[in-house]
Amino acid sequence: MTAWAITTFAHLLTAVQPQWQGFDPAERHQRIYFANHVSHGDFVLIWAVLPKSHRRRTRPVAGADYWRRGGLREFIGSDVFNSLLIERNRDGVEDDPIAQMAAALDEGSSLIIFPEGTRNLTDTELLAFRSGIYRLARSRPGIDVVPVWIDNLNRVLPKGSFIPVPLMCKVIFGAPMHVGKDETKDAFLARARTALLSLKPRQEDAP
Amino acid sequence: MNDVRADLLATIAGIGGVLLVASIIGAILQRRYSPDGENAAVENLNDRIRAWWVMAITISVALLGGRTGVVLLFFICSFAALREFMTLTNASRADHNTLAAAFFIVLPVQFYLIWIEWYGLYSIFIPVWVFLLLPVVSALSGETRNFLIRVAEMQWALMICVFCVSHVPALMSLNIPGHEGRGVLLIAWLVVTVQLSDVLQYVWGKLVGRHKIAPRLSPSKTVEGFLGGCLSATAIGMALKFMTPFTLWQAGLMGLCVIMMGFLGGLVMSAIKRDRGVKDWGHTIAGHGGFIDRLDSVLFAAPIYFHLLRYYWSV
Repeated sequence: MTAWAITTFAHLLTAVQPQWQGFDPAERHQRIYFANHVSHGDFVLIWAVLPKSHRRRTRPVAGADYWRRGGLREFIGSDVFNSLLIERNRDGVEDDPIAQMAAALDEGSSLIIFPEGTRNLTDTELLAFRSGIYRLARSRPGIDVVPVWIDNLNRVLPKGSFIPVPLMCKVIFGAPMHVGKDETKDAFLARARTALLSLKPRQEDAP
Repeated sequence: MNDVRADLLATIAGIGGVLLVASIIGAILQRRYSPDGENAAVENLNDRIRAWWVMAITISVALLGGRTGVVLLFFICSFAALREFMTLTNASRADHNTLAAAFFIVLPVQFYLIWIEWYGLYSIFIPVWVFLLLPVVSALSGETRNFLIRVAEMQWALMICVFCVSHVPALMSLNIPGHEGRGVLLIAWLVVTVQLSDVLQYVWGKLVGRHKIAPRLSPSKTVEGFLGGCLSATAIGMALKFMTPFTLWQAGLMGLCVIMMGFLGGLVMSAIKRDRGVKDWGHTIAGHGGFIDRLDSVLFAAPIYFHLLRYYWSV
């Protein structure tokens, strides 16, 4: 119910439009979606455009330090979107984040991850990827890894502002990828990063 | 009051009839040329006709709802149009507060002023007050890069998408002797004449169009389409004079005037789209693109129509 309210609000605000490029959302595969991270609303937008049957099985992976601070944040993060919370400050934490994510995949969930690790507040298009996505994809090689470019959301709700402004957004899904047998960490990270960047719409491409 | 309703229902029935004919033609074309959806032109035509049904029903309900319905409908259209326009501008992170003010203060205030019919303020609120105060908000952010461009774009977005759109419901506040309470029909006449001119220009252009008017701006606009559409829509505007306070020749002149403004508005809005490298303003209306794609001709016609009426007919 709350999830419905939040995604409907996201639709009304941003008129978000999904684009599928080499990717069929109707196939009932389990997936690891990886997206650029510009706002706390990122996973809401992805959720809002996924087919309904996929939403319940798709869990955003989020930072526990932010989403476990109680109150509304905890309610939205854990109860509404069923986020998989990861402890980013690793001192004295037993759980290995990759193991946590792999366990969620083994339970049949799809995951939304943000391989930049943190919100991109700079003017560069995309920060360097952390290695987690490689280790996760390697540990569950059968699962599709899908790049997802979230366009324009950084203008809707920039850091430090509380009022979202209604600008139109797109969520662009690319072709699924897998880690090659002998592919090194750096090669895969570079390939994933290129795949994600190639989804970004360019003004001069428009007809 | 009752004959307003009767006239309005007659108009709506007329639009319904035209759409019914269009739907039948669309269905025949589909059966003959595109049974499996392989002909893009036919599919687009049918998308458009379906969207026209939705738009016609929406606007009919709003018109029947009287002033509340009309103000609310154009408030929503204005919001959607402003969102499309702002999405294509250079507004940056530094303009966040300005954008929030545009959407959540300027837009509602303008429609509130229309609602309470405060002509003295709604006609200068955006061109004077907002024009001067908006850049102050952006300047306070301290970001100077592209400052003039950013401010000019935001101001123009508000002029087009809020100021112009709000002049459609404003038509209801005009006090024209012998035409009291019939403001809603003035709106219906404007929308029907201008939109039909668009459709007829398209149809004439497809049938006999040879010479392009402005190939760089809008490759589908032709001299033949323009002349044919313009004249036939003016004739329709004259035939619909029962909705207006005009005599026959006044209806013709006014029709010509709003149709010209609509055509020129369409050209200007095309120029902006070309500059931004997009084909449509948005993706919200199937077959039509965005709200501005459908509204562009009404946008430019509305304030001119309003002021001509106010100057020559209103007391």
